Amino acid sequence: MVGYIDKIKEISERLLKDGKVDMVIGFRKGTMPMMNEPHRVKSADDVKNLVWDSNCGINLANYLTDRKEKIGIVAKGCDSRNIVTHIIENKIDRDQLYIIGVPCKGMIDSHKITNAVSGEIVDVVESNGEVTVKGDGFEETFNKADVLQKNCAVCIHRNPVIYDELVTDLVEEQADVDRYEDVREIEAMSTEEKHNFFDDLLAPCIRCYACRNACPLCYCPTCFVDESRPQWVGKGDDPVDIKTFHFLRAYHCAGRCTDCGSCERACPVGINMRLLTKKLEMDCLNLYGWEAGLTLDNRPPLDTYKPDDPEEFIK
Amino acid sequence: MKVIKIDKAKWNDGLEALNGSYSLFGPVKQNECYEFKKLDKDEQLDLSGLNTRMSAKGLIYPHTEAMFTYTLDEGEENHHIMQPADKDYSPRAVIGIRPCDADAFLLVQRNFDTPDYKDPYWIQAYEATTFVGLACNNPCRSCFCTSAGSGPFHEAGLDVLVVDAGDYFLAKAITEKGEALLKVTGWDNELDSDTAEKEIAALKNDAEAKISSTILTDNLKEMPITAVYDAPFWEDVAFACINCGTCTYVCPTCWCFDIQDEVHGTSGTRMRNWDSCMFPLFTLHGSGHNPRGEKVQRVRQRFMHKLKYYVDKYGDGIQCVGCGRCVRACPVNIDIRKVCDLMNNYDEATCAAQ
Repeated sequence: MVGYIDKIKEISERLLKDGKVDMVIGFRKGTMPMMNEPHRVKSADDVKNLVWDSNCGINLANYLTDRKEKIGIVAKGCDSRNIVTHIIENKIDRDQLYIIGVPCKGMIDSHKITNAVSGEIVDVVESNGEVTVKGDGFEETFNKADVLQKNCAVCIHRNPVIYDELVTDLVEEQADVDRYEDVREIEAMSTEEKHNFFDDLLAPCIRCYACRNACPLCYCPTCFVDESRPQWVGKGDDPVDIKTFHFLRAYHCAGRCTDCGSCERACPVGINMRLLTKKLEMDCLNLYGWEAGLTLDNRPPLDTYKPDDPEEFIK
Repeated sequence: MKVIKIDKAKWNDGLEALNGSYSLFGPVKQNECYEFKKLDKDEQLDLSGLNTRMSAKGLIYPHTEAMFTYTLDEGEENHHIMQPADKDYSPRAVIGIRPCDADAFLLVQRNFDTPDYKDPYWIQAYEATTFVGLACNNPCRSCFCTSAGSGPFHEAGLDVLVVDAGDYFLAKAITEKGEALLKVTGWDNELDSDTAEKEIAALKNDAEAKISSTILTDNLKEMPITAVYDAPFWEDVAFACINCGTCTYVCPTCWCFDIQDEVHGTSGTRMRNWDSCMFPLFTLHGSGHNPRGEKVQRVRQRFMHKLKYYVDKYGDGIQCVGCGRCVRACPVNIDIRKVCDLMNNYDEATCAAQ
């Protein structure tokens, strides 16, 4: 994946030089280990700043919402699915986009690596499916497969589903992954256990809304938690208000979530709120045979009605 | 001021001795991270972490704080009249706070304790607290305290500075409050202060030499506000920002809050909650107009406040102690050090000529 960047730069430079796009949205190198910064390049001279490696987990579709320009966008599998969702939901026009498709082999979970070593990480180098972490007095090498973001480890749509040009050949999709093991574990709990589990899960929340704001789906002009006339949700640290925010946000993403993992990745206090959207993602698959963002031809099941929709669950 | 040598084996004895006189707060490890917490009687703090994920701000200025309670039930005495919320301002001690976090309270004090306005909650909580700081022998790579007016052994804002000297701690009383606390601990091995100060100074030099990250702020004050406000780099700085509140909430010097009433049935609470200039609602007027309706305006506001407006208003540096939390916590890696460089190096004439 490290080698993709030359092609990304080549395509971006061409698009900008030819005036095909006004900007290319990608990543530039971050200032912290295992962090890159979403970045937009407006001139061919600045294309050199673009980077690509396994620290590009933030979903770039989030940066397309309601933009008017012609845009080149670097898109891995999940980004491309959210671009599809954006197009379906009229947040961007397909004709505005030149999609630079990146077949993806998964992004690194920086929390996992940070917790696996003792000491402050100074440098992280990635090569040949390995990730080497260096700090004062230690150096440790991980198999990249062992330190993937949780959603990447069970991803079955690594290849972009929509693109104008690919940076490399399509990669083999993962088969035989158990995508919903964590959801089943929670489903198997008693009501009380579930209650306690969600209490503990969300207890560290500081209501910074990084999960919501990193999510390409959360583009409401005014989120329900920000409504002040009338105000729906309390603003303090009451656990009921915090849970209301997370649960409702998850429901708003039902049938739209691509499990890109941006919410969990963005959380500054390490909450896996992805479990909530994942349950709904699983339900949509089981009830409607639906996976979000795979096609421009159908609308998500929860914003359409069909006479033959299954309805066992509401009987 | 006097310096006491504390055998590490006697560290916990001293803290236990404080228990009757102070409520103790300190860092504990929770879910792989260190956070400040009120310590239960037998709970021990953990000083092995580099720094806490959230700053110590919330100990004095909680995320959510009740100010008043009231009842609308006409059968109750004092109905429809605000009553002060129950508060506990009995003595407390924060053990293991890093010097940058303690220093941050002095910056925040300028907002909550002014000649014209006295915030009773902040002031009473602050005055009730004795800060026992732990010097940073090994600062993080993303710490830039020494160039932000603070430092790994910075004493301002602390009542006691504790230095880990290997086999033992050195505790230096900085204020009378600190001296009073040390008396209660029972640690009594007072050293010759000249020798002890030299030992501390040597460790301080080592620690400061390890700070690898610095910022330059020398041009900020002289720079015309309008020039840097209109600088062309804000769009680029703000592009990645998702406008979450992470930077402001982890920051020890961000002080903004929002007042809310919450009513359950006939009883209510007037509370204040941390607020964030990153949120559109922060500046939304009753008319519906929002003077900072665009993301770039909000991002600029945060940096202009910390690195320009504050500098101009108080004249002694930036509203930042260099703890590096916002740099480490930002989901999209927006880095105040880079922004500070852009601002400090900004030359209107050069940029206009381009």
